[in-house]
Amino acid sequence: MNMMSEAAVEKALDQKMNAVPFKMIGKDVSVYYGEKRALFDVNLNVRENTVTALIGPSGCGKSTFLRTLNRMNDTIDNCRVTGKITLDEEDIYDPAIDVVELRARVGMVFQKPNPFPKSIYENVSYGPKIHGLARSKADFDQIVEQSLQKAGLWNEVKDRLHEPGTGLSGGQQQRLCIARAVAVSPEVILMDEPCSALDPIATAKVEELIHELRTNFTIVIVTHSMQQAARVSQRTAMFHLGNLVEENDTDKMFTNPDDQRTQDYIMGRFG
Amino acid sequence: MTEIVSSSSPAFVRPTAARRDIGIKRRYAAERRFRAYGMVAIMTGLFFLFVLLWTVISNGYTAFQQTTITLPIEFAEKVIDPKNERAANPSKLMTANYPLLVRDALVKALGIDPKNRAEVKKATEMVSASARMQLRDIVIANPSVIGTTVNVSLLAEGNIDSANKGQIDLAVEESKRKVNDQQIGWMKTLTDSGAMTKDFNTGIFTFGASSRPEAAGIGVAALGSLYMMLIVLVLALPIGVAASIYLEEFAPKNRLTDLIEVNINNLAAVPSIVYGLLGLSIFINFAGMPRSAALVGGLVLTLMTLPTIIIATRAALKAVPPSIRSAALGLGASKMQTIFHHVLPLAMPGVLTGTIIGLAHALGETAPLLLIGMVAFVVDFPGSPMEPSTALPVQIYMWANEAERAFVERTSGAIIILLIFLVVMNLGAILLRRRFERRW
Repeated sequence: MNMMSEAAVEKALDQKMNAVPFKMIGKDVSVYYGEKRALFDVNLNVRENTVTALIGPSGCGKSTFLRTLNRMNDTIDNCRVTGKITLDEEDIYDPAIDVVELRARVGMVFQKPNPFPKSIYENVSYGPKIHGLARSKADFDQIVEQSLQKAGLWNEVKDRLHEPGTGLSGGQQQRLCIARAVAVSPEVILMDEPCSALDPIATAKVEELIHELRTNFTIVIVTHSMQQAARVSQRTAMFHLGNLVEENDTDKMFTNPDDQRTQDYIMGRFG
Repeated sequence: MTEIVSSSSPAFVRPTAARRDIGIKRRYAAERRFRAYGMVAIMTGLFFLFVLLWTVISNGYTAFQQTTITLPIEFAEKVIDPKNERAANPSKLMTANYPLLVRDALVKALGIDPKNRAEVKKATEMVSASARMQLRDIVIANPSVIGTTVNVSLLAEGNIDSANKGQIDLAVEESKRKVNDQQIGWMKTLTDSGAMTKDFNTGIFTFGASSRPEAAGIGVAALGSLYMMLIVLVLALPIGVAASIYLEEFAPKNRLTDLIEVNINNLAAVPSIVYGLLGLSIFINFAGMPRSAALVGGLVLTLMTLPTIIIATRAALKAVPPSIRSAALGLGASKMQTIFHHVLPLAMPGVLTGTIIGLAHALGETAPLLLIGMVAFVVDFPGSPMEPSTALPVQIYMWANEAERAFVERTSGAIIILLIFLVVMNLGAILLRRRFERRW
């Protein structure tokens, strides 16, 4: 009886998940750094308004895959990407695609909080300014306030918007970076281990924030913490040695994974 | 607990206390020796710096004083304009016999018999020959002065100035001295009557070149140096920064850019006289620019300063953390926006420091200027960088070749002024760096 209901719940979840359309589709994605191949024909799709966690041991290619999604790998000199990645059925590696526009649609939050050494206000308003999203001071004020509110930082900084962003605490800086990414109104937000430089309380705040952001944005997050993946994501993808091992619903992944390697990694047998 | 202790490996033998002690002592001794070497090195450096400064300052501080003789000059009409032609022919005032005015005033002040020509000659030698120009300028500026008597402060001649500062040894036999006993006596008379005084020497800052030390100054040379510094700043800063940004941020990393990088680093070490030769053959012989002009000097110094600025700027750009670039690129900024909005402002203190140090280097540079004809005897202030001028360090070089005692002190005085400029520029660089240094 118990078994039955569990299976039924799982099935229901699966169906619910399967009904969510794909936002980004990665097909046979391979990445080379010079001669070295870092990713081997990864097929991984990202569902809309879902948090997808990428896990795996260090050097497994999860950050590399994340960075292919907004072409941040372009900034690395000898990096080459093959395969096809689409965003809303548009090939993002198409020469006709403007990287600047792509990155406005696919934002990014980095491992170490990296606010610009400018004021909090300037940090948040920089993206809208270069993309021409606002004209008047009032528009900018509104975007800054909304973004900071979405990042859960408004109440903490509303009285010191013109103080430097670098003066905030680590957790606040990371939320400022999230606000900065949100201000451009992207469709997808990529997060590369956003909590690895934060203490547990700041981490909890950021995780809560990710949970809230999910309603408006599609989120892909790379994390080293299995607990974090389990807490924040709906889908989880496990990478190992440049291969995608398994991609599944997070609940299933952490209770009953299909692949033995996933099982071993989650149990802490390697990695 | 006891079980655990007893179960530890019996094979483990502690090294004896004595052996460990020796090792630690040696380590501390080595560290103390190393510190001592460092202290000795720094003390040696400080000692030589002190000797240098002491020599320059002790020789040079007197250059900022100048002996003047204040005499009641009677601008007698019968001397200046005996035929009363000045209304018809103003140039008469230019060629009037002004030395006679000085002579008459001196003879009166010292009570010498005007008929004793040898004494009168010795007396007039005490006043600088530049007094003639001084009086002429007074008369031309204000012709109504003719016929009146005015107290005028005239520069004392260089040797009298030296004697007044106690730099001429009076124990030496009179015939071997530049100043004879009679003149010493007159100096005493003039000093006692308050006519001869030692004042602050403004002339050293304002005069141009002169073969008479009392009328020589660094004014023209300083203006030439200023022109050159402006040219260097206007050309080297934008070219250097643009080159660095391209090389650091845009250029592909390949053999060609490696070669360029190596060459830039080498150029920074090329002897400056080579730049002088290059400037001579390209700017003067090929492009036909005027000799001795600050323009050519500025161009040569620009070439010389460029590698310094490029190296400093590249280092400053490299020091901007990559996370700032990622942040801007991740937001969808273009490469140029990333560089001009974020990277360059953060690198600016380093760029400015490099530029100021490069400028200071250029300000003190002499060798290349010798080759492009800036070792020139320039009396008049250059109205533009195209006109002949000279430079501060070149002026020092020229004065150092002069024999008079008064030029020795002026050489050191000019070195002091140059050193003050350099110290101020370097201080400015440090302050800029402090002021704009940012944490991230």
